[in-house]
Amino acid sequence: MKLTEKEIEIVELLEKHARLPIDTMAKMVSLSVSEVEDIIKKLEEAKVIVQYATIVDWRKVDGHEGVTAMIDVKVTPKRGVGFDEVAERIYRFPEVKSVYLMSGAYDLSVVIEGRSMSEIAHFVSEKLSTLDSVISTTTHFILKKYKHDGTVFEQGDQDRRIVVAP
Amino acid sequence: MQKTKTYVSDTVSRLKPSGIRRFFDLAASMEGVISLGVGEPDFITPWSVREACILSLEQGYTSYTANAGLWELRKEISDYLARRFHVLYDPADEIIVTVGASQALDVSLRAIVNPGDEVIVVEPSFVSYAPLVSLAGGVPIPIQTSGKHQFKLQPEQIEQVVTPKTKALIICSPNNPTGAVLNAEELMQIAHIVEKHDLLVISDEIYAELCYDEQYTSFPAIDRMRERTILINGFSKGFAMTGWRLGFIAAPRDFATAMLKIHQYTMMCAPTMAQYAAIEALQNGAADVEQMKKSYRQRRNFFVQSLNEIGLSCHMPGGAFYAFPSIQSTGMTSEQFAERLLLEEKVAVVPGHVFGRSGEGYIRCSYASSLEQLQEAIRRMKRFLERL
Repeated sequence: MKLTEKEIEIVELLEKHARLPIDTMAKMVSLSVSEVEDIIKKLEEAKVIVQYATIVDWRKVDGHEGVTAMIDVKVTPKRGVGFDEVAERIYRFPEVKSVYLMSGAYDLSVVIEGRSMSEIAHFVSEKLSTLDSVISTTTHFILKKYKHDGTVFEQGDQDRRIVVAP
Repeated sequence: MQKTKTYVSDTVSRLKPSGIRRFFDLAASMEGVISLGVGEPDFITPWSVREACILSLEQGYTSYTANAGLWELRKEISDYLARRFHVLYDPADEIIVTVGASQALDVSLRAIVNPGDEVIVVEPSFVSYAPLVSLAGGVPIPIQTSGKHQFKLQPEQIEQVVTPKTKALIICSPNNPTGAVLNAEELMQIAHIVEKHDLLVISDEIYAELCYDEQYTSFPAIDRMRERTILINGFSKGFAMTGWRLGFIAAPRDFATAMLKIHQYTMMCAPTMAQYAAIEALQNGAADVEQMKKSYRQRRNFFVQSLNEIGLSCHMPGGAFYAFPSIQSTGMTSEQFAERLLLEEKVAVVPGHVFGRSGEGYIRCSYASSLEQLQEAIRRMKRFLERL
């Protein structure tokens, strides 16, 4: 699907700030509010815009700190369906946040979130390793999130500029 | 010391302190101010550029460079000018790396001005031009551009002030504070008059990277103008490198040789670490510049349209990051408006008259602030105007 420059601008703006008011956005790209609404609707229908999500720093919420792990999974691809079938079996678990097919030393990269390390350990040993096609797993626990999807978590955003300058 | 004798030179005594200073002091003393008074990008210098500087320090590149600047940087500048603006300068003896475009201006003026020479300054303009002409021993001759022409210099205005003593003309496009951009055709008309009266042109192109609606034309790219132009540019605005203090001059050999004499005696060379950073900026910074430019353009569109909606008439500025709306409908002077807006709504803007007589009735608002700040500033300005 080929997008115009303005359509791309709108997608980029929304990607950074999904709650940007439409009238503000319309001014920024020099279109009318209804034109912007039409573009967004079109892009939503075409699933170019898939979803509007929120980046949450759960560490700040008591009792919701949680644990995230990245698991390298080696699998045997199946004739006819390749990796797709096993990938689907994995991503259907709601605790699995993302699944990527990778080049290199392993096949699938699985990101999983749980309440505790033992919950994740349980998932790996009971659900993931027991799948027929899975040959091996290597689990890496995330110790600290510095930057996620382009957003830096702890950012000092104070303006260091002098107040008035020529 | 006795008070009967004044030790400060007559030239400096006569200089007026910058009109921006008073506002700075007032705004700096208040809490919760949204400042639209800042004449610099809100972006931090791209990380790859900062990282290159750190690397240069780790490697111990801390000594002087050649007076004109690092050879590698001058070559990059030469390539950059050719690539971006289609102007050719020999890195060997036509390019000088300076301490910001400000020093470049100072060196340029001192290199060409004899006592009493007149230099035309197009106002509203950057606050340093006229004082620098005076410090160089010249006489600044202001031209007042008008809101009626979106603050674009009209060629016939030059004819009205030219005298046998006129040596040079300083132009700045895109302009601070008005954002006005002179296109190729308008520059050609100016070039015609410049040639007719045998003038030099100091072309301050520090905002050249921030030109939003049309292809930018560099003055020396106009036919026969290279030989009579001193081109000034730098890294502050386009590359978000204000604090690094790094600019450059590109000029025909004879001028550059003269300017290098002043530069070597007064400055020796520009800061070495900043020069290494600038090499990285020119080699790999284009994508960052493009990204920042896009963001300024979006904020310009939002801010200028919003100003017009709340009743401050404002033309769409073609470049830089300033909106220059008229406040004449309020019946206040620029100074009254700016002061009341600051005290009553805590929004700092710069009154237009500090940039020249024709800036009276206007205010300069920098839109190089976050969108949230701009939205809040518009809300406060709207409230202020409704109360009047």
